[in-house]
Amino acid sequence: MDNSSLGWWGVPLGLMGGAIRVSVPFLFVGLGECITEKSGRVNLGLEGTLVMGAMTGYGVSYATGSPWLGVLAAAMVGAVLGAFHASICGLPRVNDVGVGIALMLFGTGLAFFLGKPLIQPTAPRLPAWELGAWSSSPQVRSALQINVLFIVGAILAFVLRWVLKNTRWGLILRTVGESGDTARALGYSINRVRMLATMAGGFLAGIGGSFLSLFYPGSWNEGLSSGQGLMAVALVIFARWDPVRCLFAALLFGGTSALGPALQSVGISWGYHLFNATPYVLTLGIMIASSSPRRTMVGAPGELTMVK
Amino acid sequence: MANAGKTNVLLETLVLRILAIVVALALFGVFVAFAKANPFEVYKLMYQGSFESLFAFKDSLERAAPMILTALCVALPARMGMVVIGAEGALVVGALAAAAIAIPLQGSSPMTVLSAMALSGLVCGGIWIMTVGGLRYYRGVNETICSLLMNYIAIALFNHFVDGPLRDPQSLNKPATLPIGDDNALGKIPWFQDGKWLDEGTGVHWGFAFGIGFCILAYFILQHTTTGFSIRTAGGNIRAAKIVGLPVGLLTLGTCFAAGAAAGLAGMVEVAAVQGNANAAIIAGYGYEGILVSFIARHNPLAIIPVAILLGGMKASSGMLQRHANLPDASVLVLQGILFVVILASETLYGRFAIFKAKEKPKSAPPAMPAIEGAAHG
Repeated sequence: MDNSSLGWWGVPLGLMGGAIRVSVPFLFVGLGECITEKSGRVNLGLEGTLVMGAMTGYGVSYATGSPWLGVLAAAMVGAVLGAFHASICGLPRVNDVGVGIALMLFGTGLAFFLGKPLIQPTAPRLPAWELGAWSSSPQVRSALQINVLFIVGAILAFVLRWVLKNTRWGLILRTVGESGDTARALGYSINRVRMLATMAGGFLAGIGGSFLSLFYPGSWNEGLSSGQGLMAVALVIFARWDPVRCLFAALLFGGTSALGPALQSVGISWGYHLFNATPYVLTLGIMIASSSPRRTMVGAPGELTMVK
Repeated sequence: MANAGKTNVLLETLVLRILAIVVALALFGVFVAFAKANPFEVYKLMYQGSFESLFAFKDSLERAAPMILTALCVALPARMGMVVIGAEGALVVGALAAAAIAIPLQGSSPMTVLSAMALSGLVCGGIWIMTVGGLRYYRGVNETICSLLMNYIAIALFNHFVDGPLRDPQSLNKPATLPIGDDNALGKIPWFQDGKWLDEGTGVHWGFAFGIGFCILAYFILQHTTTGFSIRTAGGNIRAAKIVGLPVGLLTLGTCFAAGAAAGLAGMVEVAAVQGNANAAIIAGYGYEGILVSFIARHNPLAIIPVAILLGGMKASSGMLQRHANLPDASVLVLQGILFVVILASETLYGRFAIFKAKEKPKSAPPAMPAIEGAAHG
């Protein structure tokens, strides 16, 4: 790698490339969590779903030779875990935050257990669009390597906003999330709507996980996820439950995650670990700034106990 | 007849909890059967690796020690209606603070070094979780997400100092702080045998005794003092607590400080008794296991002790499962996950069985755990 040719320009370039690359898992998990939370329930177990998705995606891609089948399998596993979460939370007196933590432990444990034989082999990875092929600089090229899943996720964010706002399904979902009593009075089954919303959330989180193992970083190991699934919960709060703002939040989170490595590439190694914590500090700062002891947060679904 | 009601609730909790643990173990048996291991062989190995021999039992107790302390970090705020999952962060901060203060004190007496380390761990861990409580009470920041984010911030700080300013130049591949010194290591609890005290006789380090002491103290304060009554009142109904003039803000800060101090002490114990310095092995997920322990114990400080020993035993048997049943070390994580899910799902069964109901309806049924009912208040 030739760093000197770009000098300090490597930093913004690294940030941009990082934002696009690192943001994809954030984006999918965030959109998934957004759907789930819109129905009035929180799924903290998406961290486990993400890791399970990464393991499944890698395993299926290795076994079948097709990374896209891997993505599909990861999404399916995510949906199953979502259904699991929803069916336990559907029981009376069961707390969704607790179940989320339990499923986080379960999902990561299961993925490590089943993924042991997958640490060595190399599975076929997802292809990328080489938008930087015109440039002779390897850094520009690597920054402009864009995965199809990023495009899919970005489009999905806009579609989701439209669906939530303008369709019958979106309205039912929002009604259940705003006021369970109203939804019940209208004759909708709260548990069924939340079940579907949690499954959809798990489906998307599974895709996010498969991106981790099949594109970037692009292999399966036990330290693959650094809490993206949990940060998604904060990301959705940051985005005020709006899918399009989730997209921008994911880009921001991805960009800040790339800050440490980008600075290291120009020779600043001081505080490498501290820069890694930027997304967490940023989220915390935003939560402190936007919370108030007297009112719930703007845009929060009424049934969501988490943010009260 | 309030007493009869209390006994019944206790019995119901005990029966349903044991039932849930049995169901979880059965499900784990089915799971390992899929992994081509004989479930009964696995149960036998788990027993051998945790409680059969004295050696294994000591290992189980030492593994239970940090879990007891991190479970308190979850249980105490839970009694005030807060779901705090920041024990991992407080443990890591406590470990870093304890290891850091030992460096300038080299040459002092072991007692001085250990006291300073314990104090440093307690205070830094306490402040860490107190911040969570303060943000909750004064700014309305959700304590669950806040404490979770602070776990990651704590780990980043830990890595920064261990890999930077506090790094021992001798530690090449595995960054670590300067060793606290063998003389300053936290020893084992003595044992009374044949009419005299045997030093280090139990073979279990002092961290276990710290955990037990902390639990008993917490139980006493919660159940038998006015402060404890105020804490439980605020946990049951924060508005009522404010109306009767309880200093809810102060109680929140104090409870969270005690909670964080417990986890910080766990970090100090890991440094002083197990690792000998602060290195990445400290970040071993004890904070997350503490959440599980506290939930199984229904956030009761005394119940935490046996539950932590049980889970410590499960963890201690992991090596046995790896060697003799050819199961990966993650199988304990799977078991913990199954156990946690079953325990939470079993919450739905409480109050459903007539046999546990008091004959004469007690006027004041003991309140259900607030933290299990709802994530947050306000």
